[in-house]
Formats: sequence, C-alpha cells, structure tokens
Amino acid sequence: MTTTDLHGLTGAYALHALHGDERAAFERHLAACDTCEQEVAEFTATTGRLALASTVRTRPVLREQVLRGITTVRQVPPGAVPLERVRRGVRRGRGLARWALAASVAAAAAFGGTAVWQYERAQDAQNQAAQAQRHAEDLAGVLASPDAKSRSARVAGGAGTLVVSASRDQAVFVASRMAAPPRGKVYQLWFADGGRMRSAGLMDPGRSSQAVLMQGAVDGASGVGVTVEPAGGSKQPTSPPVALLGVPA
Amino acid sequence: MKEPVHIGKSPSAKPDLQQLLHEVALGDQEAFAAVYDAVAGSVLGIARAVLRDHAQSEEVAQDVLVEVWRTAPRYRPDRGTAINWILTLAHRRAVDRVRSVEAAAARDTKAALLEHQPAYDEVTEQVETRLEQEQVRRCLRTLTELQRQSVTLAYYRGLTYREVAEALALPLGTVKTRLRDGLIRLRDCLGVTA
Repeated sequence: MTTTDLHGLTGAYALHALHGDERAAFERHLAACDTCEQEVAEFTATTGRLALASTVRTRPVLREQVLRGITTVRQVPPGAVPLERVRRGVRRGRGLARWALAASVAAAAAFGGTAVWQYERAQDAQNQAAQAQRHAEDLAGVLASPDAKSRSARVAGGAGTLVVSASRDQAVFVASRMAAPPRGKVYQLWFADGGRMRSAGLMDPGRSSQAVLMQGAVDGASGVGVTVEPAGGSKQPTSPPVALLGVPA
Repeated sequence: MKEPVHIGKSPSAKPDLQQLLHEVALGDQEAFAAVYDAVAGSVLGIARAVLRDHAQSEEVAQDVLVEVWRTAPRYRPDRGTAINWILTLAHRRAVDRVRSVEAAAARDTKAALLEHQPAYDEVTEQVETRLEQEQVRRCLRTLTELQRQSVTLAYYRGLTYREVAEALALPLGTVKTRLRDGLIRLRDCLGVTA
C-alpha cells in the first residue's frame, strides 16, 4: 500500500474498521505522520460522541460485579522494561520497536491467565506494543540525552541508579539485582520536593533488574526515594524509604 | 460575553475523570468506583449498540471496566482525554466480540445490515444523554446517504471497511473515502476538537 493510500485510512482506523495487517501497516505509518495523528485524535473524539449518544442505564448488579472483580486483578506497572533491553535499545535505536513488541506480547501473555481476559487478542498486543514503544523511546531518550546525569546507591541488596535529564525534565530509575519485595508488596518510586513525596510510579515486582521511566516531571525535585508499599501502591509513603538518592545537579 | 447555558449539573460539579484515573493508577478503588459511575452507562451503551444482545453486552462492559482498572497506569493524558480512552477501548472490545461471534455464524443479510441504524431505543431519563442523542442524530443527517451508511455500519455494527464495501456493493476506495469524509462532517457538525 502506498503512503497516500495509508493517509486515507484515518477514518477506517478510528472506527476500528481495519483488519490485522492493514491496522499494523497503518500504525507504523501513524507513528511518523503528525497530520494523521491529529486527524485520528479528532476522529476518535468524534466516535466518542457516537458512543455517548448510546448511553444506557446499567443494572446495579453490574456495578457490584465490577467493583468486586477489580479487587482480584493486578494492575499493570506503568511500563517497566527489562534493563538489558534498554541498554541494547539505546545503542541500536531503531531496534526498539522489535523488542517493545516482543516485551508487550510477553506481558500480555503473562497477564492473560484469568478467564476475564479470554478476549485479549492480537490487536490489544499491537496497541500495547505501540504504547510500550513510545514509553521505551521516552525512557531511552532520557538515558541517551546529552545532559543526562546519574547517581548510584546500594538499594535492597542490589544497586539503584538515578538518571536525570534536565532538558527533558524526566528521570529514569535503573535497578540492578534488587531483592524481590515481600509477597504482596511493591517498590514505589517517589520524587521528594522538600518534605513532600510525589508518587512517580511502581516498579515491576517480578524483576530484579529493570529500568523505569519515572512518572511525572522532575520539576525541581531535590531527591528520589524508593519505598515498599502494598500491591497497587500508595498515595503517600507508608514506610521509611529503602533508598534515597539526591537528584544530581 | 454570553455565558453558555448548562442544563442539569454544572460541568465543574462533574468528577474530573483524568484526575480520577490518575488515582486509579495508584490503586485507589474508591476513585475507580467514581470512574465506574461516570462511564459505565456509555460503556454498556456502546457494547449493546454493537452486540444487540443484553447478556453479551454486559459481559463485554464488565471486561472493559475491569480492563480500565488494570491498565489505568498506562493511560497517557497527552494521547487523548480519559473518556475517549475508555470509550475507544469499549468500542474495540465490542467490535472484537461481534467479529468473533459472527465469524462462527453466518453474517446477517445485506438487508438486515442496512436496517441497522443507531436505535437509541433504551428509555433514558438522563437529560445529558438525550441532548447528546439529539445532536448526534441531527449531525448524522448532515451526511450523505452513503457516508451515513458507511459510518454507522462500521461504528454501530462493527463491520470492517471491506465488509462495508461488500454490503453496499461499492469499491473499497470509495468506502475508505466515505468513512473519512463522513467523520470530517460529523466532527465539524459536533464541534469536536482533540
């Protein structure tokens, strides 16, 4: 399919009217086409109105089922990826897309165990891949940025390295061989602003080595902390930090 | 300057979905309950429009709402509003389901497909939904017949654009263009910005 043909598929794409291969081809095109991206965003907002016009009343039992259902469903981490992949990704640049796809398909498989997710399909994996790729590019971007500065410390039996890019106002926390958190707990990352702690997302409890793009801007934070929190994370730290690193100036 | 007139609750009284989703991403179940209350009717509505079957649309709605909980940490505000993120997920799941169901069974006849237009047949006492329906109906009428049929078959019936072309006996390229042009008209009529 030519580029012009692909341009014209914005409508079909926003309506979920493309099949697997066409959808994948369009998504590759979309990643590099700003005008298409804008048009898809507008069309998606338009189809959202078609959905709102279909709003119906729900039975109270659905609410009960859903609210009970979520208590047993683990949330995905904000996008932690294995460390060795990031190192390779930074070096190879364009290789990112391939491993992001592999990583997200693996993640989809790992989470796909329960009956609730029997409808997980290739399209979801593709969407997740696109998201994981953007995320990985942000992550790699921080690590590779010319003004990246780092600071390391011993953390939970392993090493933690904080990498901050002032120009991007973003930070990455790289963990190496950290001990697994206690059962039912996760490591949560925080930006410290004076006495205040601002959540910067969760680490993947299943990996001892990983690189995590910290959520939110550094925004003048003086340090970064790691705490052990109940699964799902906390709004404010509920335990003393296992590590505190100053943001490198 | 004229102030816009709002019927019912003022918009500022509505929960801020984006903020709520941020709290959901940190594992806040109360925030999730508020998200549920704000979106469940629309999630079920779109599933029912596409699937027509009450039991199946409830199953899909339940899947979608739990998926919102599960993947909230991956929601990116810079990629679109929270409501559109949720409704896009709901539509995709409903379409996936209708395609998997219909792959096993025979496709409906062309006549039955063409009959299928948004029904909005559920009684709703919600003023906001009625206003939304009025506006969407009015704007759908501004489309050409082929644009309107193409868009509604794809969106409310879950057809791929190849299937739309088959149902309407039109060349693929024509349907592709009709879908895009139809959405452009709808977008402009509804005053959508992204």
